[in-house]
This record gives sequence, structure tokens and C-alpha cells, in this order.
Amino acid sequence: MTAHTTYEPKTAIERWLDTRLPIIRLGAEVLEFPTPKNLNYWWTFGGILSFCLATQIITGIVLAMHYQAGGASAFLSVEQGIMRDVNYGWLLRGIHANGASMFFIAVYIHMFRGMYYGSYKAPRELLWLLGCVIYLLMMATAFMGYVLPWGQMSFWGAKVITNLLGAFPIIGKPITTLLWGGFAVDDPTLNRFFSLHYLLPFLIAAVVALHIWALHVPGNNNPVGVEVKSKADTVPFHPYYTVKDGFAIAVFMILFAVFVFFEPDALGHPDNFIPANPLVTPSHIVPEWYFLPFYAILRAIPDKLMGVIAMFGAIAMLFVLPWLNRSKVKSMRYRPTSRMYFGFFVVACCILGYCGAQLPDDAVIPGLGKTVTLGDSDLNSFVWLSRIMTLYYFAYFVIITPLVSLRETPLPVPDSISTPVLAVAAAKKD
Amino acid sequence: MLRKLFVLAALVGLAFSAPAFAASTRLEPEGPKGGWSFEGPFGTYDQEQLQRGYKVYREVCSSCHSMNMVAFRNLGDKGGPFWDPQYKSAVENGYVKAIAKDYQIADIDRDTGDVVKRPGTPADHFVAPFANEAAARASNGGANPPDMSLLARAREGGPAYVYSIVTGYVTAPPAGLTVPAGKYYNPYMNGDLSSFWKGDPNQVPKGGFIAMPPPLADNKVSFDDKHSSKLDAEAADVAAFLMWAADPKMEERKQTGLAVMIFLLLFSGILYGSYRALWRNIDHH
Repeated sequence: MTAHTTYEPKTAIERWLDTRLPIIRLGAEVLEFPTPKNLNYWWTFGGILSFCLATQIITGIVLAMHYQAGGASAFLSVEQGIMRDVNYGWLLRGIHANGASMFFIAVYIHMFRGMYYGSYKAPRELLWLLGCVIYLLMMATAFMGYVLPWGQMSFWGAKVITNLLGAFPIIGKPITTLLWGGFAVDDPTLNRFFSLHYLLPFLIAAVVALHIWALHVPGNNNPVGVEVKSKADTVPFHPYYTVKDGFAIAVFMILFAVFVFFEPDALGHPDNFIPANPLVTPSHIVPEWYFLPFYAILRAIPDKLMGVIAMFGAIAMLFVLPWLNRSKVKSMRYRPTSRMYFGFFVVACCILGYCGAQLPDDAVIPGLGKTVTLGDSDLNSFVWLSRIMTLYYFAYFVIITPLVSLRETPLPVPDSISTPVLAVAAAKKD
Repeated sequence: MLRKLFVLAALVGLAFSAPAFAASTRLEPEGPKGGWSFEGPFGTYDQEQLQRGYKVYREVCSSCHSMNMVAFRNLGDKGGPFWDPQYKSAVENGYVKAIAKDYQIADIDRDTGDVVKRPGTPADHFVAPFANEAAARASNGGANPPDMSLLARAREGGPAYVYSIVTGYVTAPPAGLTVPAGKYYNPYMNGDLSSFWKGDPNQVPKGGFIAMPPPLADNKVSFDDKHSSKLDAEAADVAAFLMWAADPKMEERKQTGLAVMIFLLLFSGILYGSYRALWRNIDHH
């Protein structure tokens, strides 16, 4: 980390500490970190995500004091113990369960922001990759956490997702057996998921530390996408961004509180209020909303193995993005063509999410009825809508991003953050 | 920028509040005409309705349906059907004690080790009508009556589903529909009736078969306060009671939520003011 602090140890104990473990200096450096002064509200989601992680860990630790992993006890310990008998258990669980959704809302906005403003481009590729690792860990943690109440959707979700890994030749079966701790989703599965669900958040916290370290080497990207040139471009992180992020976190908490206190079941599924029953399959197994786009991609492909590969491939795309975009200009403020395709990309992700919640063969336009049967399904079906959107999803990464980045003509970019922008009109647009 | 965030938040909310399942093969459940007392951010349970609903549960539902997660003391908790502020705790509540005493609880005699029955106490839970699932199925034509502790949250539509199922039985099923022995046609039940339907394949009746015979009827349960004993009134009362059983902390949750919202709105206002004051002299656009 670069030294840019005015911190001077004034007391004897501070001087003693400073030559041994300069932890106060580190804190001072973080607080005084020169941050671009033009960051907009999309940049507050980093702070919001830290808040989400802390909230999940704190509520989770207390919930774990009352939760009993085990097929016979898990559902009861949650729905009777925590929800009825533990003091404020309903609040802890409400925050933790809805907190997962809030975490994903924030992380998706954070990721889209990174994509829009080119925050993954040199010298921030590693920062982006660490972020992708955090996202992967988050998905694993959330998935295992959803299994813990051991309701019908917990059980069948676990079964469907772990079964997917069985599609891989040779290694598939041993991996599923290892995950299950046996030959079916059962007590051992629940126990190891609980163990891992408790472990992974601390790994996330560790990678977040690396993520912040990797952020503090090149410093923040900013909406203009031009690197910081002088001190005039920056303000110290504290108090300027602590207060701004604090405001954003408070507003985010309002949305959070609406769900926790007034709509606690809105993001869940009623079937999860039924205890897990291996003999009764729910009529319609759906994952949590934050997995729906990937679920739609999985179901868009008729072949199981190819579907699983496409699903993981969709996440892998994020990892290679820094090397797919060849543009010299970071921010899409000055890349109108890219901006348009990016807009479609966001819409495609949302449509994929919607498709993931529908039955594949249901009609997209209900009044239209049967149209043309293409391959295995009617064209007017969610499976075909998913296919078109999946195609766009992948095309956006492997074709559109590299091609447009090489061929488009960007708008004039300002020399620095502080100099007046030439293309004021274009900048004002976003 | 801030406006965009709010629009985004609203859109996100809207996207998730939209019904997840567009096409349905059953009728959409609908609640009673006047709606529920517990709807909306300020809605609370109607204690008299909960007491009537409890009576319906006790006299009708409980002969087949368990409610294992609810303890007698819960009936006297704040927001519950028999909450009475004159008692410091639900365990001392006279109604609760009397209700509990009516039940015989299986226990072990400490001196002899024999299995005995003793009168219930407020700490005990409601007693299941059947010893186990097999016994429940044997007595109910192969069907297992679901536990009612969480029923009102475990079905799409919630309490409206309970109300619709109970009031929605069709005594004369549409001609062309073969109803299997021991089953009843209910248009609010999930299912696929196409293989039982002899009529136009595009006109398959909505709904499904249910193993429960119509549980309630006019004047099945009478109330001391002379409240209506019509089928829809009984159904609304028991649905409200089951909603309370499934979500007994709802009132506490909403009250806490109100305080939290007021705090957060003030707090974000103060933070916004600090942000504007702090950034006043910094040109950051």
C-alpha cells in the first residue's frame, strides 16, 4: 500500500506500536486514502456490500447458537425455536434470510457498475478477479444457507443443484457422493453444508480484505474513467466518502427494512414452510431469485452436461472480461455504441431471471397460443426466450465486447477529473 | 442520480412482487369480501376473530390436523387469541390454563416409569390427533392431513388459500369429470384434471382433487357472541387463526418495523444533510 498519510505517532505507545505493528498507521492510511472526488452513487455499493457482509456474519453467528443441523431437528429449530421461542429470533432470521437477497441486489449493481465504467481494465484486473471470486463464494454460501432450514425447497434445491455436478463424466459421481456424504441428500449433506456455510463467509471476508488491498494500490476508478492526475482530483476518504457511503447505506437499510418487517416472505417460497420430504417432489422447483438467470441458462440447453457447462461458463465469462475488452477508453460515458449493447445486456440478464422462474414450456405471450414448433418446443415458450437471451449473454462477452471495443469511435475524453469535460452533453446523459 | 436509485429500487420491488407463476391450472385464491384485518403495514389481528377461529380449529380441524409447533402458552402471548394484559405472563393466563387442562398429555410417571396421561399445562403443545403419519393415513383414506402450524404460509395465496379451499367445494362437479372415490373436486386445489375429464380437452376444469371432505358448513360452529355461523364467516375466522398460528410475531414485527422506519428516515435525512454540507465547496461533477 502506498504511503499517503499525515499520521505521526504522538504518544509513546503509538511510537512503540508504529515500529512493531503499524496498525494505527494502516487505519489512518485507509481513512485518508485519496479518493476521486467525482464518484457517483453507484460507487456507494462497495460500502453497502461491506455492511451486508457484516450483517450476515453477525446475525448468522447468533442464529447458529440456536440452529440444530440434522434432518429431524433443523426445520423445528428454525420454525419453532428461532421463529417462535428465541427472543427476537424472528428478527435475526428475517434479517439473515432477507439479507442474502439484499447482498445479491447490491453485488449485482456493484458488478454492473464495474462493467459500465470499465473498472476491470488495467491496472485493476486483479481487483476485478478477486471480486469474481467473492461472487462465487457468495453463491456457494447462499446456496448452502438456503438448504439449512430443511424445508421442501431447501431439500429439493439441494438435490437438483448437487445432481447437476453428476453430469460431468468420471469426476461427476465422486464429487456428488462427497458433497452428499452418502448416496442421497440426507443428514450428512445438511451437516456438511452447515459447516461450510459457517466457514465460507470468513473466506469471503478474507478475499474482501485482498479486494480492498488491490483497490488501494491503483486507487478507485471513477465515472470519467481517467486516472487521478493530481491532488486536485481527489478528496480524503474520510469524512467525504464515509458520510456519503453512510447516507447510501442508510437509504439501502430502508429498502432492507421494508422486506424484513413488512414483507418477510416476499422473496422466499411458500414450499419452504413445509418440512423436507424426500418422497414428495414439489410441483415446481425454483431456486432463489438471485440464481434464476443461471437457472434459465441451464434449462435453455437440452443436454444436461452442456447445460451445466453453459451455466458455469456464464460465470466464467466474468473472469475473462478484462481481456475481452480492448478499448482504450474505460468509461461507457464516452462509448455510446458499447453503452447501447450494455443496456441490452442488463435487460437480457433480467429477462433470463424472469424466465428462470417460469415453466419452460409455458407461453411467453399467453393469448398467442401455439406458433411454430422449433426443435423440441414452440417458439412462443420461455425455453426459447431463454435460448435467445442466453445467446445474447454469451455473444455480449465473446463477440460484441471485443469487436465493438476495437471498432467503435469513442467520444472525446477529458484530460483529467478536474478539467472541464469537452463532451458535456454526452456526460450529462448518464 | 438519487432519483434513479429510487426508481431502480421501485422496479426491483415491482419485479419481485409480480406473481411468479403466470399460467395456473387452478382458480386464484381470494380472501373474504372485507379483506383481512392483518393486511398492510399497520394491520393487526382481530382478537375476537382469532378466538372464533380457535373454536373452529378446536371443534373441527383438530380432529384430523395437528398443530405441533404451537404451545398453549402461545394462545396467551401478546397478539394471540387469549392475550389478556392483566396477566404478567401467558403461563398465568386463566383461559390458557383452562384450555391446556382439557388436553391429556402423554408423559412418563417419574416413580414407576409407566407411560401415563396427565392434564396439559400452558407449557405443553397442542396434541396431534394421530400417533404417527401411518395412523393418520390409515384413518383418512390414505391422505395425510398436513400439520397446521405453518399452513397459512406454506401455500401460494396464504390465508386466502385456506379460505378459498374451505369455501370453494363444488357439490356438483362439472359433467364429464370423474371424481375418484374418497376424493372431492375443489377448483382452488392444485392439480391436473385432464386424465379425469371426458369433455372438450381445451375446457378441462380448473383445480384438483382433495381428500378432505368439506370440513365446514353453515351453523357447524356456534359462537357465544352470536357472530355469524355462515360458512364464509367460519372459514374467514379459521383462516385468520391459522395465519396467527403461522406468524404469531406479526404484530411485534410490524410495530418494530414502524419504529425502525421512522428512525431510518430521520437518520438518512441527517446523513444527507451532513453530506450536502460537507461537499458544499467541492466541485465533484
